[in-house]
Amino acid sequence: MSQDPLEGCRISAGKKSAVSLGKALHPPNLLVVVEGTCGACVAASPVSAPEGSCSYNVAHHHLCVCVRVCMAWQGLQKGETLASLKQESENLRRKLEEERGKLTDVELHQVAEKVETVAALSIKTRRVLKGHGNKVLSMDWCKDKRRLVSSSQDGKVIVWDAFTLNKEHGITLPCTWVMACAYAPSGCAVACGGLDNKCSVVPLSLDRNENVTAKKKSVAMHTNYVSGCSFTNSDMQLLTSSGDGTCALWDVESGQLLQSFHGHTADVLSLDLAPSETGNTFVSGGCDMKANVWDMRSGQNIQSFDNHQSDINCVKYYPSGDAFASASDDATCRFYDLRADREVAVYQKDSIIFGASSVDFSLSGRLLFAGYNDYTINVWDVLKGTRVSVLFGHENRVSRVRVSPDGTALCSASWDNTLRVSRT
Amino acid sequence: MAEGSKDRGGPGPAEPEEDSPNMIVYRKMEDIVTRIQDEKAGGVAIRTVKSFLSKIPSVVSGADIVQWLMKNLSIEDPAEAIHLGSLIAAHGYIFPINDHVLTLKDDGTLYRFQSPYFWPSNCWEPENTDYAIYLCKRTMQNKARLELADYEAENLARLQRAFARKWEFIFMQAEAQVKIDRKKDKAERKILDSQERAFWDVHRPVPGCVNTTEMDIRKCRREKNPHRVKKSVYGVPDDGQSQPSPVHVSSQPARKPTREDVQKEITFLNTQLDRHCMKVSKVADSLMTYTEQFLEYDPFVSAVDPSIPWITDDTTFWDLEASREPSQQRVKKWGFSLEEALKDPAGRDQFLKFLESEFSSENLRFWLAVQDMKRRPHQEVSSRAQEIWQEFLAEGAPSSINLDSHSYERTSQNLKDPGRYSYEDAQDHIFQLMKSDSYARFLRSNIYQDLLLARKKVSYTHTPRSLICTALTHSPHRSYFFYAWLAIKIKSQICDLFFMNSVKYGSF
Repeated sequence: MSQDPLEGCRISAGKKSAVSLGKALHPPNLLVVVEGTCGACVAASPVSAPEGSCSYNVAHHHLCVCVRVCMAWQGLQKGETLASLKQESENLRRKLEEERGKLTDVELHQVAEKVETVAALSIKTRRVLKGHGNKVLSMDWCKDKRRLVSSSQDGKVIVWDAFTLNKEHGITLPCTWVMACAYAPSGCAVACGGLDNKCSVVPLSLDRNENVTAKKKSVAMHTNYVSGCSFTNSDMQLLTSSGDGTCALWDVESGQLLQSFHGHTADVLSLDLAPSETGNTFVSGGCDMKANVWDMRSGQNIQSFDNHQSDINCVKYYPSGDAFASASDDATCRFYDLRADREVAVYQKDSIIFGASSVDFSLSGRLLFAGYNDYTINVWDVLKGTRVSVLFGHENRVSRVRVSPDGTALCSASWDNTLRVSRT
Repeated sequence: MAEGSKDRGGPGPAEPEEDSPNMIVYRKMEDIVTRIQDEKAGGVAIRTVKSFLSKIPSVVSGADIVQWLMKNLSIEDPAEAIHLGSLIAAHGYIFPINDHVLTLKDDGTLYRFQSPYFWPSNCWEPENTDYAIYLCKRTMQNKARLELADYEAENLARLQRAFARKWEFIFMQAEAQVKIDRKKDKAERKILDSQERAFWDVHRPVPGCVNTTEMDIRKCRREKNPHRVKKSVYGVPDDGQSQPSPVHVSSQPARKPTREDVQKEITFLNTQLDRHCMKVSKVADSLMTYTEQFLEYDPFVSAVDPSIPWITDDTTFWDLEASREPSQQRVKKWGFSLEEALKDPAGRDQFLKFLESEFSSENLRFWLAVQDMKRRPHQEVSSRAQEIWQEFLAEGAPSSINLDSHSYERTSQNLKDPGRYSYEDAQDHIFQLMKSDSYARFLRSNIYQDLLLARKKVSYTHTPRSLICTALTHSPHRSYFFYAWLAIKIKSQICDLFFMNSVKYGSF
């Protein structure tokens, strides 16, 4: 199919080359065949432009030309309109869905019928950490299994020994809404960030009298709020997610940006690193309802899942690293397997209508703890898809749930200004 | 006053922010309340109740609401239904007729439904001037049921101080509202008054109660239409002094996808189509196997020795984990995969010990060195990479490792511009080598087997898949365990002291 909008018309080009006329009229990847006799030298030879470009020199000739414009349909990249590209994308999507559907020979919960049911859990609060003056937005455990760091809307970050309820350090940030905090693997530093668009690393000192806030160092710079942060396997690299729609990997010592990850079309709300010692991937979830898996080396988006119907508030890997779960404002939590490249379970109930804000797995991956905006924590059987238990206790939204590194306890942070450490 | 009748329409036609997180929840709650009120479709009967000399129009009992919720939302536990009902009340969709505190009780307490005009989905952000008018109005009406509560009286006093200059205006507005109210039918007024009060209970809650109008700042920044925000209940015009809503900030319009975007999408989709994926049945089996394997290590599902620190305030469990003398259970984990063995510092040490005994430790040492390099600050990576090359890969290297020529070529190419991932191929290759060769031999070796079986006489019983912590404490073997772990604890502390200075590899 060719379009000949100028067929038959005669254009007197004069000194101006027919090329520039062509360029002005049509996008550059058209094949423009300019034919005609040069008024000055009577050489009648078709002068054609190479494909994809319209630059050749006819400035020296007076050309009275007949410009015939053809659209060169050479493969998918050339000359396609936005609409046809979108159509193609739609077709591919449908084909992908079809292919994946062929591999869905059974549902996870069906296969799991032969697994023994988890005995009813009676989980009780064992510690209540009071001390924040406003909503607690985030928390993270230390690798020593008893310390944790928490951040709040009042701009304070507190490091606790949750076992003894001691507050070991208090850091004051100049902004409110500190939405992200993380403990370094060595236990010697914490990272925190939020509405200041930055993520800072604060080394923790053993000297109680030292003012830790003074040693705060800005590492990550985004153009919108920082929603999540995590150290990689070392104290030296920090991964952040932001409201500006990107994730980024930073070198802590120099503050240099090592890699940035673009692909989300809205705020990124959460990220989680793959638990493998050798792995180089992480998953992120955002307000574009997508969960993306990234390769840290290349910055490429490897896999993407768009099953949710609203913002994804939290993503977390299954302990083996082969799967991950997500929590969303559509009041469901979902479970995806990376090898099957598919969602394999949905955790929902008619009586749960408020969004889920946070998820975490128990050590074996059998239980999924999910914190909701209806002040409760629901415990799901990952394999069977049923709810095992529901925890009441918080007096406002649960903003974050995290299982301790050795799996012995669950810590939940809430808008009721407290953190609770619970277990059976 | 605002027309509070139930007929006044609620939300308008579908707005762009219909799919915003807040709106999604509001619509769900509205759906529930609408269904409850629909008597013909299985809802609750809304009646007029006689009380002493007067009648109470249009009420429902709390118990009825709880029953409905349990039946229609498949809730088994009444506590859950009460919790959900209380949340719906806290958002202002139902309210107790005689209380400012918005919770649901499972008894004869009477509740009324809020008018759609006052629903939160209408984006209310009433100003303090309105609240002042409301409180003022209440003091003008001589009715017992409209007396101010203590906190309201305090609020009024505070507002009087804050709006001292405007007070005449506020007073006049309040008088005007009282006049309008007087014209209404008595029964209707009762209902309207209560609905108005419930509205203010949501926006100016009783101290100590949750303010459900508080928003998550990450979400509200995307509200697209600041003009939809309603600021005044009593029609007080915006005098220009009120701040624009801090919560509703119009965002930039979403970027339309360009050709490049769509082309990238197409490339991505093509890559996905080419990807080899596993069947769900296979994947499900794999997940189940993994979970089963680790179930006995999961403290939420299985009992744990000797006890969970959080419950008994005894940190022995953590001390044992940190010790150099790993338990049988822990040693067993090293046999699950090479990754598990390397994850545990004790496992790493034992594997290294075994390899040294075979004079083939260079592979593991190379792998560990690369792991360490990846964790260094950016500045040090380059020099560390060179050092690793010299030690393990260069001609005549002291700890020469065996790489296939392809990986070797690739690695030496990478080293021309050394970076964190220069050794990825090599590391991967060596890992696979260890996995298929030395790791299997390690598991058969004496070093490993001794640890795995050594404690058979002093067996720790662990009971997978059942939560019987209490059973353990009553177990007849308990005292035997006690002396056993005491002996180990002392031994481990001595070992710690002995080995403290000879730790070679530190923490990776």
